[in-house]
Amino acid sequence: MSDELRGAVAAGVLGAEENYRALLRSIVEVARAIFNAKASSVFLLDEAADELVFEAVAGEGSESLVGRRFPSSTGIAGFVLVSRQPLVIEDVLEDPRFSRETAESTGFVPKGLMAVPLLHEERALGVLEVLDRPSDARFTLAEMELLGLFASQAAIALDLLQRARRAQAALAGDGELAVLARLAAALEGRREEGSEDSAFGLLAELEKLL
Amino acid sequence: MTEEPLPAWSLPADAVERIALPEAWPGRITREWAWGGATGAGVRVCVLDSGVETDHPQVGEVQQSIAISLDGETVIVEDEDTAGDLCGHGTACAGVIRSLAPDCEVASVRVLGAGFTGSGAILLEGLRWAVAQGYDVINMSLSTTKQKFASLLHELADTAYFRRTMVVASAHNMPVDSYPWRFSSVISVGSHELSDPFAYYYNPTPPVEFFARGVDVEVAWLGGGRLVCTGNSFATPHIAGIAALVLSKHRELTPFQLKSVLYLTASNVGDGS
Repeated sequence: MSDELRGAVAAGVLGAEENYRALLRSIVEVARAIFNAKASSVFLLDEAADELVFEAVAGEGSESLVGRRFPSSTGIAGFVLVSRQPLVIEDVLEDPRFSRETAESTGFVPKGLMAVPLLHEERALGVLEVLDRPSDARFTLAEMELLGLFASQAAIALDLLQRARRAQAALAGDGELAVLARLAAALEGRREEGSEDSAFGLLAELEKLL
Repeated sequence: MTEEPLPAWSLPADAVERIALPEAWPGRITREWAWGGATGAGVRVCVLDSGVETDHPQVGEVQQSIAISLDGETVIVEDEDTAGDLCGHGTACAGVIRSLAPDCEVASVRVLGAGFTGSGAILLEGLRWAVAQGYDVINMSLSTTKQKFASLLHELADTAYFRRTMVVASAHNMPVDSYPWRFSSVISVGSHELSDPFAYYYNPTPPVEFFARGVDVEVAWLGGGRLVCTGNSFATPHIAGIAALVLSKHRELTPFQLKSVLYLTASNVGDGS
């Protein structure tokens, strides 16, 4: 079974996207808690549109932001994505052009932020941000390392999420994958009903025939 | 740019004279010898980044502002980039360089700002352009993870090295393969936590070769402002600035010799004086 087919079937049957989104939410929540920050968020790069999309948010800003988009060259997140360099800024209010529109549209203008690119293999998938650590806490390289560890985890979750979405797109329509996925979903339905035996028997016969 | 001598492919017995060095190497290299009294004057430093804000009090005059972009396969070089700095990052790097080498020339080559798509190719073309200009130092506080650019960047880094252009590049602080900082023909820089801008350490376990000040650095930012920032992005211009100082006092140094001087004057080598 190809990876794509496996992914497609898994996504179709198991609702993988929702699981990966939950994983991302969990990552931003833990990041926020560990750094004792006011908020944390993950942005996904939508390469086709050249935009960054809020994919998961913890703390101030809340779930209403999820799905919101802005140009990929905007502000600190855009720079971090393009330069592949993590950046920690203690007081973004002093930057008059710090994507203020984006920040204000979220209803939350941070004082300081840590932003780290989400890199998976050779691709830059998005950005993890942690906003407003306690102002008396001096930033150290140990924290930078911790942020990097979170970024690695978030990058893997983003990669899985993107795969699930691609697989779901492949499932839509009338292609071969769609037929197989519907078959897999129907089988799963019968399994839940406890009556999969005859269906699997039929498939086993079909396999022999092929 | 220093005039390129004819390459010496081999060294016959009677030709040792021909490669005589312009300055005797002292028995012991000190920081005083390396850059004592130097200001960076006469050294051309290129900041390959998001642009540099002109007339920022911490940066001063920017001698040249160029923007590189791509229209399909065609490279577009805008000779007079008036967009300034689109992020603040390039201005921050230029400010750090000038804080160490106040009289060096600063050229901004903007390779960021047009969105994410194509950014790796623009970075490559920006470096190609900068190497062709023969700057003495190129500060690159950015990198690409795209494998397809690695060999071309490697070639460019080597070309720079042989033409006496020192590329100083930010190392990644995550276990990621990115370029060009991993190449041995550039100086790669990571961060230490000290506040002394002249404290820098040689790392005996590369690929990161030097650690410089990169935590809680007060840097120039947009609108004439200042910010306190952390990242290898800001450690890199510290080494670029010190390199500019050394080169302004010792114009003849090759990148190999410059690296050696930085090694011998590092805070953890000898007595760091």
